[in-house]
Amino acid sequence: MDVKHVAKLANLPLTTDEEKMFQKQLVSILDLVEKLKKVDTKNVSPTSQVTGQANVFREDIIEPERVLTQKEALSNAPQSHNGYFVVPRILDEV
Amino acid sequence: MTLIEEVSAKTNAFITVVSPEKPKNSGPLSGKTFVLKDSYVTEGIKTTAASKVLENYIPQYSATVYKRLIDAGATLVGKMNMDAWGHGATSENTDFGVVKNPWDLTRVAGGSGGGAAVAVATGCADFAIGEDTGGSIRTPAAWCGITGLKVTYGRVSRYGCIAYASSFDTVGPTARAAKECAQVLQVIAGKDPYDATSSPHPVPNYLESINRPLNDLVIGLPKEIFGEGLDKEIKTAIDQAVEIFKKLGVSVNEVSMPLLDYGVSAYYIIAPSETSSNLARYDGIRFGNGRSRFTSETKRRIMTGTYTLSAGYYDAYYKKAQQVRTLFIREYQKALSQCNILLMPVTPFPPTRIGEFVDDPVQSYLVDVFTTTQNPVGVPALALPCGFTKSNLPIGMQIVGPMFSEDRLLNIGHQYQRATNWHLQVPKL
Repeated sequence: MDVKHVAKLANLPLTTDEEKMFQKQLVSILDLVEKLKKVDTKNVSPTSQVTGQANVFREDIIEPERVLTQKEALSNAPQSHNGYFVVPRILDEV
Repeated sequence: MTLIEEVSAKTNAFITVVSPEKPKNSGPLSGKTFVLKDSYVTEGIKTTAASKVLENYIPQYSATVYKRLIDAGATLVGKMNMDAWGHGATSENTDFGVVKNPWDLTRVAGGSGGGAAVAVATGCADFAIGEDTGGSIRTPAAWCGITGLKVTYGRVSRYGCIAYASSFDTVGPTARAAKECAQVLQVIAGKDPYDATSSPHPVPNYLESINRPLNDLVIGLPKEIFGEGLDKEIKTAIDQAVEIFKKLGVSVNEVSMPLLDYGVSAYYIIAPSETSSNLARYDGIRFGNGRSRFTSETKRRIMTGTYTLSAGYYDAYYKKAQQVRTLFIREYQKALSQCNILLMPVTPFPPTRIGEFVDDPVQSYLVDVFTTTQNPVGVPALALPCGFTKSNLPIGMQIVGPMFSEDRLLNIGHQYQRATNWHLQVPKL
């Protein structure tokens, strides 16, 4: 497993020491789960959920008791400005 | 010093001690106090999931389970310590101090819901709401000597429950006794329009069925479980429990469930996959701190899950595990056609010492060997105290039934507890 690549996909900042430590530990996790290869799953369809339900809808209406005000929505923001969430710059100036 | 202050200082069970508010409503839980695993959002009360990522998060809304309990007259007294995000079986993977076992403070309380179990075991609260994804209610219940219920998937609303693995997570009660779990379940069970996975299956009257006699019951013992790897004292305690069940009129059958051996492997593919997706939202922009604040165990699970879902590996890992999940469902259906409920241990060994898994964290996954197939299948399981080791550590067993058989499980648990007093033992701190 390429820990650097996986960490990038998962947006997890890792130090070089962490990369080394996780490389070893993740291989050990994969060893644990390799066991599943022994199970014969030919023609077995995968199960992703066990509710027995599908397409549970609700009416397309606004439920006022579940609406957050702008102030509430921003209440935990580390940085906000004029009622907006401040996000890190992702585009560089040309 | 109050009891809560003493327990909190000695065990780290509490993340937030909540000053009790006079209940606005009266209802079936009037006069009862409770604590919540700190993975349930409570409007205006800090909620952390035991992670520095959410150390200052004050939710703007409340979980359905919390609202229902308050409406029923109960009083919240604490938000409890746990393995961060539910990632763990010992409550050592927390940013708020390891949760210590009140029966032996050099040992762990079990996880991921250790703090909640400690609060109930020591009498800080009448009941707790935990969350079980792969044993997180049952293991701490077993290791602290109390009763804990993993409900059928969808029986209780997950709205406001910080998600770990969305197709496994269940919301459930822990208390000293099955009867108290039944009282709480009566209030919290039932369809919630805010949780699309919650079940429309009708909620029975749990307190009515709890007193039924057991003499038409057949209990199945999966033979593969009671072999070499199981601690001898746990096996003896369960053998003694079987004798009690026989005296109550129950018949006992041996069943075979060889696929149970693959529970840990399937679970540690699917759960990390789902958690890697659920934890993607914690970007430190709208709330919380950044992703560098995740603990090592959480990072391991996110990376495992990212890998098993990634291009080129999805079929070999995630899809394979979900196929094995289908086989688990068939295995339980077959076993439960030969008996009414299954009896098995909760853990393969008693509570471990603090730090036991520090050098090899993957070893801690083996704590879950008996609790990782019920969640993929969706079936309910009730953990019951059934004895103590020679060194006075609690031993728990679990009874597992078909989907929506909580009434029968609570009935069996209650009748067992009328004939025994393990669940009444209180640790001396």
